[in-house]
Amino acid sequence: MTSSRAAFAAILAKDLRSELRTLQSLPAMALFSVTTFVIFRFGLDRTSLSGSLAAGVLWATLLFAAVLGINRLFVAEREEGGFDAIRLAPIDRSVLFSAKAAALVIYLLALELVAVPIFALFFLHDLGGLAPLALVLLLADLGLAATGTLISSMAVNSRARDLLVPLVLLPLVVPLMIAATGATEPLLALGGPGYHRFGTWLMVLGLYDLIFGLVGYAVFDFLLED
Amino acid sequence: MIANASQSSAMPPEQEKAPDAAVAPAIRLAGLRRDYGERTALDGVGLTVAAGESLVVLGPNGAGKTTLLRILATLLRPSGGEAIVLGCSLPDEAWKLRGRIGYLGHEPLLYRDLSGRENLRFHARLHGIAGAPAEARIAALLAAAGMERRADERIAELSAGMRQRLAICRCVLHEPELLLLDEPDSNLDAEGRELARGLIGPGTGSTRVVVTHDPERFLPEADQVLRLGIGEAAAVS
Repeated sequence: MTSSRAAFAAILAKDLRSELRTLQSLPAMALFSVTTFVIFRFGLDRTSLSGSLAAGVLWATLLFAAVLGINRLFVAEREEGGFDAIRLAPIDRSVLFSAKAAALVIYLLALELVAVPIFALFFLHDLGGLAPLALVLLLADLGLAATGTLISSMAVNSRARDLLVPLVLLPLVVPLMIAATGATEPLLALGGPGYHRFGTWLMVLGLYDLIFGLVGYAVFDFLLED
Repeated sequence: MIANASQSSAMPPEQEKAPDAAVAPAIRLAGLRRDYGERTALDGVGLTVAAGESLVVLGPNGAGKTTLLRILATLLRPSGGEAIVLGCSLPDEAWKLRGRIGYLGHEPLLYRDLSGRENLRFHARLHGIAGAPAEARIAALLAAAGMERRADERIAELSAGMRQRLAICRCVLHEPELLLLDEPDSNLDAEGRELARGLIGPGTGSTRVVVTHDPERFLPEADQVLRLGIGEAAAVS
């Protein structure tokens, strides 16, 4: 058996190299989020947001931008025979789940590097909450990546892939989004960041990550069967 | 030596005797069946292929040739019957076979946005070959396939014949014991066919199963021939 670490590194490097070369996911995700912020800015006719409204605008935008990347996560494996190659290799198939989830986390972090500064520029007067927000973003990204990778691998064989991913994914990530907005709300409160129930929401995020990470890792092997 | 391998008689009489215990067959099938929903794609296939032998599979479109190959490659589960490949019973012991099979299917299993060399490096790493040994093996295979000069171009920019040459390199990269080849000459020119013969021909010493629509080309190198028909019993000769 090839070591899981070597297989993980090979699949992740392949995915990142392909994305850097073709830019099929990241530019679309970034453009979507920027456009949505512009629409919110003029639609709400507000130059500043705070509290729950700011958290809602931020997370709704990031979630739907993430769906664009999740939709395409397994397209190369499906269309170019990657699934067969993985199934023929002497590796633990769950490594594919880990590597794809890691690739998605990297895409989401790259998206947030673009989207969050623009969000701050458009809507925030107080930037003090951005540093702790990074922790919320990371925990929510891990959960989104675990669930998104699982759903994407199931939907990729369907012709209705673009419909199926949001249809199945969005209800599953409702708890994650509630926790993410709950943790973000006090950070973006009017008058500076607060930490009311911040720790509780972080624990909910961590628990979600753990559950969906383990479920994905456990069932992924069966999803690759014919 | 021609015999029917029907549903009731899984193997030709000459092959029904117990194999030499010291030399286990590379492939042993008995009553192998595969259904796709209501449709039966493969039924009652039985044969024994010794290590190092070449089996050529013939039959019209839709006879189940590719299905048979994908079952042997562990990419499809059989619906019934017995399949033992390299001593491993399918599908239960399929995991033991990974890395021991070289599979060349209709798709090259190469990523379009990576170069040929990058694809081969990726597959080498999946098979536990890395560093200098991987680079040496890849260089040798690219030279043997006549692809050194085009190895750093993206797969999307290469012709179908060149992709097939690279797919052959990928198939033998990890020096498999069993080669499963689905129309290996497709898209290859005369030079490509000759070069491919050096990599996946009978001289490699690997057990081979070759699916083809070109019997004239492959029958001379066959130790056994399996003829699959639509709605007919499979026949081994």
